[in-house]
Amino acid sequence: MTGFLQNTFNGLVSGAFYALLALGLAVIFGMLRVVNFAHGAFYMLGAFGAYVLLAEAGVSFWWALLLMPIGLALFGMLLERAVVHRLGRLDPLYNFLFTFGLTLILQDVVKSRYGVQSSPYATPAELSGSVDLGLFDFPTYRVFILVFAVAVCALVWWLLSHTRVGVVVRAATERPELTRAFGIDVGRWVTPVFGFGVGLAGLAGVLAAPMRAVNPLMGADLIIVVFAVVVIGGLGSIFGSVAAGFGIGLVQSWGEAYAPPIVAQTLVFIVMAAVLLLRPAGLFGREESAA
Amino acid sequence: MLRVENLSAWYGEARVLRDVALRVDAGEVVTLVGRNGAGKTTVLRCLMGLHAGQRGTVELDGRDIGRLPTHRRARLGLGWVPDDRGSYASLSVAEQLTLPPVLRPRSSAERTGLAWSLERVFEAFPVLYQRRSVPASTLSGGEQQMLALARVLRMGARLLLCDEPTEGLSPLLVTQVGDILRQAKRHGVTVLLVEQNLRFATEVADRHYLLAQGAVAEALDNSAVRSRERELLAYLGI
Ligand SMILES: Nc1ncnc2c1ncn2[C@@H]1O[C@H](COP(=O)(O)OP(=O)(O)OP(=O)(O)O)[C@@H](O)[C@H]1O
Ligand SMILES: [Mg+2]
Repeated sequence: MTGFLQNTFNGLVSGAFYALLALGLAVIFGMLRVVNFAHGAFYMLGAFGAYVLLAEAGVSFWWALLLMPIGLALFGMLLERAVVHRLGRLDPLYNFLFTFGLTLILQDVVKSRYGVQSSPYATPAELSGSVDLGLFDFPTYRVFILVFAVAVCALVWWLLSHTRVGVVVRAATERPELTRAFGIDVGRWVTPVFGFGVGLAGLAGVLAAPMRAVNPLMGADLIIVVFAVVVIGGLGSIFGSVAAGFGIGLVQSWGEAYAPPIVAQTLVFIVMAAVLLLRPAGLFGREESAA
Repeated sequence: MLRVENLSAWYGEARVLRDVALRVDAGEVVTLVGRNGAGKTTVLRCLMGLHAGQRGTVELDGRDIGRLPTHRRARLGLGWVPDDRGSYASLSVAEQLTLPPVLRPRSSAERTGLAWSLERVFEAFPVLYQRRSVPASTLSGGEQQMLALARVLRMGARLLLCDEPTEGLSPLLVTQVGDILRQAKRHGVTVLLVEQNLRFATEVADRHYLLAQGAVAEALDNSAVRSRERELLAYLGI
């Protein structure tokens, strides 16, 4: 029983990363119809940025948690203005190639400077140790990640459902053309939304630094699962991506504990294939937005 | 108020509008009738600036709006009621009613502007009040049509571009749409109405344009439409 609860908790923690990353991908895809292949690289930059800030400037985890997402959001907005926006008028393939190429460049830049081995990042003192969750002790840092990620997802949900910006973003995501016909300058919202998605990836990266190996390829491995998560949740469905993120975290964790290794490793893709067979638009996607 | 000259449009290589010319004066209700595929929807999309392959002149109140982006045209007072009723599945009825910004009055004479207050919208469309917090995808076709009309009235659009608002509605609802359009007209709203229902067209409109194969074939007044009803119905294939 304790083992099961522990697996469940660990699953939710990895699900928290999937959810944050999938959420960013979903808002970007919804608003721009761009599949951001560089999302994993932005996540890696978040973690590496935190590492560099601490190692070379003594900037604490908490400051990194604030600064890296903001910095990356600005970087994302710059990229959107300078490149993504221009390529958006052409075939979607161009942005696919651009974000993919960007991933390789960012990885290699980091690699050439810091090598491929993982860099250690100490858990912040305030969050070291463990907390007693009744049936078992759990590392404080992981509890923090879970609580923090749930809070961020809830905040984004609240923004989308209760603010004017949220209504405009949802409307533009669902029917961009119609929304412009109602006098809304959809284009004006595209850059901030792209920056916001990139910032979320950076945030996930900073959160990952004390827990996961910080190395140039850390995003590349993770992002493949995140793409599966987004497809399972339904492309462009914000709620779906978060729910599927936590769901896949759980499924993976249980799979590793109870299923034979060969199944556990491919479980995400088995789930994805099953979902696509039963609901081609994903669990929470609408048929027309899947087109 | 609206003047269109030499409007041509293409889907890829196929030319679907040929030098369309039409005029709608302030306060008028004018219909655009024509068979399926004549190009009626395309005319409205061109006016909204939503059709990429178009050429020609579009003037609103003497101002050339042919190069303005879609959202700027809406802000000048064009209110689009699309043929699919333009409902959002992810927005509640109230959210999409208030999605378009309320347009400011154009002149000091027009002190309050044309925009309907939300109270007035809910008074005129009680069903929308009852269903204000549900997603529009759960509304019936008639309710979605009411929402589409209410949305542009609340926005304060001066020129409504309505694409077959009576299509698929019960006779009772058709009457209701007619009442709303007449009420809007009384308050100074101008309407360009795409319509297949000739009887309805003559009840609400002042004049009519017959669109055939992407060109304006004839301009008709109400008495001409009534006296030639059989011929026109046969032509429209109804
Ligand atoms: N997406 C499209 N791609 C290619 N051709 C199109 C497209 N949409 C419409 N057309 C063609 O353009 C012409 C005009 O279409 P349009 O929708 O404007 O007609 P309509 O008068 O509104 O017809 P309806 O009464 O069926 O609504 C038609 O011949 C149609 O086949
Ligand atoms: Mg049509």
